[in-house]
Amino acid sequence: MTEPILRVENLHVNFGGIRAADDVNVDVHPGERLAIIGPNGSGKTTFLNLCTGYVKPDSGHVYLEGNSITRLTPRTIARRGIARSFQIPQLFTDKTLVENIMLGVAARRGIWDVLRPLNRPDYRREAERFIELVGLQESTEKLAGELPEGTRKLADIAIALTLKPRLLLLDEPTSGVSARERFALMETLIPALREEDVTAVFVEHDMDLVRRYAERVLVWDSGRVIAAGPPDTVLQDPQVLQNVVGV
Amino acid sequence: MMRITLIAVGLLLAVLLPLAIPWLNFVFIMAVAQGFAALGVVLLLRAGMISIGHAVFLASGAYVTAFLLRQTGITDLGLILLVATLGSGLFGFLIGMFMVRYRAIFFAMLNMAVSMVVFALLAKLYHLTGGTDGVRVATPTVLGAVLDRTVFDSLLLYISLALLVAVGWLVHRYLSSPLGKALEAVHTNEVRLEYLGVSAWGVLLYAYTISAALAGLGGALAAIAVGHVVPELAYWTHSGQLVLIAVLGGIGGVVGPFIGALFFEIVRVVAAGYAAYTWNMIVGLALLGVIFFLPNGLYGLVQRLLKRGGGS
Ligand SMILES: Nc1ncnc2c1ncn2[C@@H]1O[C@H](COP(=O)(O)OP(=O)(O)OP(=O)(O)O)[C@@H](O)[C@H]1O
Ligand SMILES: [Mg+2]
Repeated sequence: MTEPILRVENLHVNFGGIRAADDVNVDVHPGERLAIIGPNGSGKTTFLNLCTGYVKPDSGHVYLEGNSITRLTPRTIARRGIARSFQIPQLFTDKTLVENIMLGVAARRGIWDVLRPLNRPDYRREAERFIELVGLQESTEKLAGELPEGTRKLADIAIALTLKPRLLLLDEPTSGVSARERFALMETLIPALREEDVTAVFVEHDMDLVRRYAERVLVWDSGRVIAAGPPDTVLQDPQVLQNVVGV
Repeated sequence: MMRITLIAVGLLLAVLLPLAIPWLNFVFIMAVAQGFAALGVVLLLRAGMISIGHAVFLASGAYVTAFLLRQTGITDLGLILLVATLGSGLFGFLIGMFMVRYRAIFFAMLNMAVSMVVFALLAKLYHLTGGTDGVRVATPTVLGAVLDRTVFDSLLLYISLALLVAVGWLVHRYLSSPLGKALEAVHTNEVRLEYLGVSAWGVLLYAYTISAALAGLGGALAAIAVGHVVPELAYWTHSGQLVLIAVLGGIGGVVGPFIGALFFEIVRVVAAGYAAYTWNMIVGLALLGVIFFLPNGLYGLVQRLLKRGGGS
């Protein structure tokens, strides 16, 4: 058995009495595609926040490839190889889409560069590849703040990809994206991630997508993982069906 | 292209007009000096941060200049400008390390608080600073030559304009570089910036240091042009003036603050001849006009007029 890329041990966090993480233990294996499902408010986003240092746990540990990242900041964790997209897209709204992505490229290649423009041919070329990957060529020069919601979600994924992470955490990547475009997105995204050797964790409400693209599913409820396993098995479980899929 | 023509015409006028109207020489130098300090304020405004204390760095440049000329054997203009700029930059770096942890009103007020402390020190440390009387600033030498004051004043204007072009170009490059774009990103989405592995603290500290150095350069020029430095340079109302000039001129680029400063200086000199407070009124009304009608400041207005006049 290979070492997990991400290991979470006995994680607890409380928000004024709400147990958003209640003894969470998760291993994410290199190369796998892990889906997280669960009702609203069950702690899925909190889990991603804990893994990226945005929220600090009351107790417990997070390890990236064996090294503790529990107390690190989002910035340091990003540098170590975890990128994420957000449930509510986090973009630089006053810049065009391509500028957003170029800024991500520059952040990876060296932000401390003050005499050459951000908008330079090699950054632009690389940015355009990421934009193509999420199928947003037509929005390249549009202001990020003026894009429709689904498009902003995809842009948010593209900007996360610019870091070339080893682990990518996606928070409901397809919410706001039309049902028809969801599959198209996943059809390009998943092979691209596989090609780049990126391990992916995605929070998802669409069970068809989970069945089709996840190798393993974690079911969340009230800050706990209540079931885990391959989609075919987990999504047959009557308790899961009632608690999660039914909601 | 239009911008370059505009800048060239502006520079030509700045060189030629004082030959016909001598008092403009001083006004133009002061406009460049205040413009540098206001450009420093603009850098921070682009990150969405207002400093109501930036005159402190203008004052530090001015006092370093006075100190060098009075206490050390250094009299060379070039060296003085360099030391004053770097000294203020270093001062900004040290203050900035603490300051850029804060945002919004805290940042504005902390800057103001520091400036008031410095103002009080300048006024109280009599033996070092000359107290409220300030310090006289002798005329520097230029490449070893002791110049007649009128010749020196013309030269100082040309040097100020040359610095405006050179430093302005560097700042322009900075603003379009990755680090300059990251500076704006602190304003629009600091969370995303941190998630890209970029330290907002570092990005801001860089800008803060540069902005202090710019203000210091302006302070040195002003000190030499006026021939005297006083604690009021660091007073918070002067900081407010710099913010005003920045907004008036426009924060979209490098040229704006200099146009704002020129407008400000001219109104001050011309209106002072009529009645006290007239210039306050004119500047106040201009600011209202800018806030309501010119989101890109006076520079935006100039651009718009030129576009209408002769294509792009
Ligand atoms: N920063 C916070 N401060 C206070 N409470 C929080 C915070 N973050 C999350 N919570 C609470 O923790 C619980 C879990 O929230 P979380 O956002 O993790 O749920 P989720 O599973 O992502 O839900 P959704 O499907 O709606 O996105 C909720 O009750 C939420 O209100
Ligand atoms: Mg959520």
